[in-house]
Amino acid sequence: MKLDINGTVREVDAPPEMPLLWVIRDLLGFTGTKFGCGMAQCGACTVHIDGQPVRSCVTPVSTVGARKIRTIEGISPDGSHPVQRAWAQADVVQCGYCQSGQIMSAVALLEQVPDPTDADIDAAMSGNICRCGTYVRIREAVHLAARLQHGGGK
Amino acid sequence: MTVTRRDLLRTSAAGAAGLFIAFHVPGGLRAVQAAPAPAAPPLPPANAFLRIGADDSVTVLLAHSEMGQGSWTGLALLVAEELECDWSKVRCEHAPAAPVYAHTGFGVQMTGGSSATNSEFNRYRTVGAMARDMLVRAAAARWKVPASSIRVASGVLSHGKDQLSFGKVAGEAMKLAPPRTVQLKDPKDWKLIGTKVRRLDTPEKITGKAQFGIDVQFPGLRTAVVARPPAFGAKLAKFDPSAALKVPGVEQVVPTGNGVAVVAKHFWAAKLGRQALHVEWTPPEGGGVDTAKQMAEFHAMAMTPGELVDKGQRGQIDAALAAAKTKLVSEYEFPYLAHAAMEPLNCAVKIDGDHCEIWTGTQFQTGDQMAAAAILGIPKEQAAEKVKIHTMFLGGGFGRRASPSADFVAEAVIVAKAAGVPVKVVWTREDDMHGGYYRPSYVHRIQVGLDDKGRPVAWDHVVVGQSIAAGTPFEPFLVKHGVDGLSVEGLADSAYLESTGALRITLHSPRTAVPVLWWRSVGATHTAFAMECMIDEAAHASGQDPLTYRMGLLKEKPRHAALLQLVADKAGWASPPPAGRARGLAVHESFGSIAAQVAEVSVDQGRIRVHRVTAAVDCGLAVNPLAVEAQVQGSVAYGLSAALYGQLTLSGGAVQQSNFHDYPVVRMYDMPHVEVHIVSSNARMGGIGEPATAPIAPAVANAVFALTKQRLRTLPLKLA
Repeated sequence: MKLDINGTVREVDAPPEMPLLWVIRDLLGFTGTKFGCGMAQCGACTVHIDGQPVRSCVTPVSTVGARKIRTIEGISPDGSHPVQRAWAQADVVQCGYCQSGQIMSAVALLEQVPDPTDADIDAAMSGNICRCGTYVRIREAVHLAARLQHGGGK
Repeated sequence: MTVTRRDLLRTSAAGAAGLFIAFHVPGGLRAVQAAPAPAAPPLPPANAFLRIGADDSVTVLLAHSEMGQGSWTGLALLVAEELECDWSKVRCEHAPAAPVYAHTGFGVQMTGGSSATNSEFNRYRTVGAMARDMLVRAAAARWKVPASSIRVASGVLSHGKDQLSFGKVAGEAMKLAPPRTVQLKDPKDWKLIGTKVRRLDTPEKITGKAQFGIDVQFPGLRTAVVARPPAFGAKLAKFDPSAALKVPGVEQVVPTGNGVAVVAKHFWAAKLGRQALHVEWTPPEGGGVDTAKQMAEFHAMAMTPGELVDKGQRGQIDAALAAAKTKLVSEYEFPYLAHAAMEPLNCAVKIDGDHCEIWTGTQFQTGDQMAAAAILGIPKEQAAEKVKIHTMFLGGGFGRRASPSADFVAEAVIVAKAAGVPVKVVWTREDDMHGGYYRPSYVHRIQVGLDDKGRPVAWDHVVVGQSIAAGTPFEPFLVKHGVDGLSVEGLADSAYLESTGALRITLHSPRTAVPVLWWRSVGATHTAFAMECMIDEAAHASGQDPLTYRMGLLKEKPRHAALLQLVADKAGWASPPPAGRARGLAVHESFGSIAAQVAEVSVDQGRIRVHRVTAAVDCGLAVNPLAVEAQVQGSVAYGLSAALYGQLTLSGGAVQQSNFHDYPVVRMYDMPHVEVHIVSSNARMGGIGEPATAPIAPAVANAVFALTKQRLRTLPLKLA
């Protein structure tokens, strides 16, 4: 089957029920998207399908069709997306394992709600677990990214 | 004073070779301990820790694993402080596994005990100073001027108008003899230490490029998923691989000893293969551990004193309790906890003749190396040479990846050996949660006698719980006279008990089939809760404000008292909390640092909500305050997960929780606002990765009591 991933159409040979996560990681070699729970509980595997955040660990690859997949590798080649810049400025990451998923959820949130409130952030980001406990700085970075997106500075 | 890993750090006077030799020579521990301490230790081999490239890049090799705590930045910062390099040119790599990278206190290559910064503070600064000395001498030779006339700043050597960047003389500098001694900077001249330095690993971690163990891929590498016993104590009876081998992508099914590995082209095929695999297990003898039964047994054991803890006996406890004006008796109960790091366990292994390569996120390279060597028949003295470990980024450690038995590494080596191909064993979340090596379950029973002013004059404390160190290579260091110091750290040495006249602290260490391990903040996960809640109960029983009462007991402990006063002031303790909320506080010393917290809570439809946490730490010198702040915030989140949710229960030896739906952890909506205050002190540098984990649960429990008058003594905290 064909998959449109990060702007490139790739041919993959995968059983239809194989979760998109493992197709992305093991067959296409994009390892930025992480495995955390396998049951849509932790958000580490979050990718976008046509701009919507989905948990790729429970998304059978056959359901994707011609829709566009975006992974952390497709957000920017160099960490220059406003959300990534905000993450760097707020010194968010610790172990970093959950952060691809956190950033994918934050990018999707800001594309839909350019100026999120704390309640918006709670709603959009509570599906992403971070065991290092970077939540305080994630919240700060989402607000900061909103300002950066509008062309605002620090 | 109980025996802790910090004592291990202090008393390992046999030096860097001490514990390492112990791993080579079973039974040789006493000889090693008796060996005289070497004279002045030689300077570290700077080339093992630092490379300066012709492009001016400075690469620091890390003896400690990066698992979120920030050593990737902190250790580099120590080198850079003395080297006077351009910080923007600094990169890090995990060091290979080799004796030269042994922990300066533990003697084995290991990350743990909140010790990366304080144990490396001198070694990494020294390496930077040595390299600077060599660069200066190389430039002096080039210019034919005295070394003393050369100035160094931001990676540039200068003499008058002449300038050379480090890269221009790095090659010549490397050929020079290293200095015999170096002079480290006066603290007043520090430019980086003590300043807020952002992380060096951010660029790869925000772009998905960071390579964790689970991300390792190379041609020919297969993925395995292992069927392990469904209960602790269960044994593999028989298996039939035929159905698994029919799953497309599955290539082999191999036994692992007490499990069966399904080896496939990729994870998904391996997982489906394991589902199809037919395995039969022999149930545990005696039916296996059952939580309700175990807790009843622990409570029964707590009724009588156990083994006496070091410095845990003073005065006549029975008489003092009988004579006390008020007597309080409380029992506290703690469940098994999984570490539940975000990255499930995994390990990749490639065996080539009598050499082996391992890719994994590990906190304990030496132990892993020894375990792999033993499996492969490599002599111990050749392990460091023939077992190559590539330490990957750790997707969280929290102690689980410092496995004395090297469980997840050893298993992967067994699978790769049996399969005859390179294999990456990947654990599912369920495997990770069922795999053991938990924070042990405990019961504390405390009887306290108060005098007419409410002061504790008699303290009788019984702890019941499994030993973490027993049966591991660490046992000779940590278990003394039948008492595992990790089980009781923070009790006999509690700041509150110094002037208590009658004291008896004892420990029962029952053995069970459930493997246990250190879990972020280790003994303090339960001792801080028992102490801080019992002290709160004593304050209430004597009609005193919890802060005033504690300050009265801490008169001889100025650091504790100052920190507690600070955190109380910052939290607004003297003014009433917002309507519907209450505050609780706790202070605890562990890993050489003191952490104090005030939690502000409410109860919403029976659910405890923590809105705000005011935290303060005194860790001596804060090398990177930004990292300290992150560790405190993160410790609050980690400890709060245990306070509100964390609980593994067993039935028939099988763990009943399996994933984040039934082993919940703190999420964004649970996360309180955390404000961190760092007290700068001249005290000996403590650790910061763990100490702030301990106070949050008792601070929340004490706040819940203030709000509801319900004294919650069982974790996780649940309102009646």
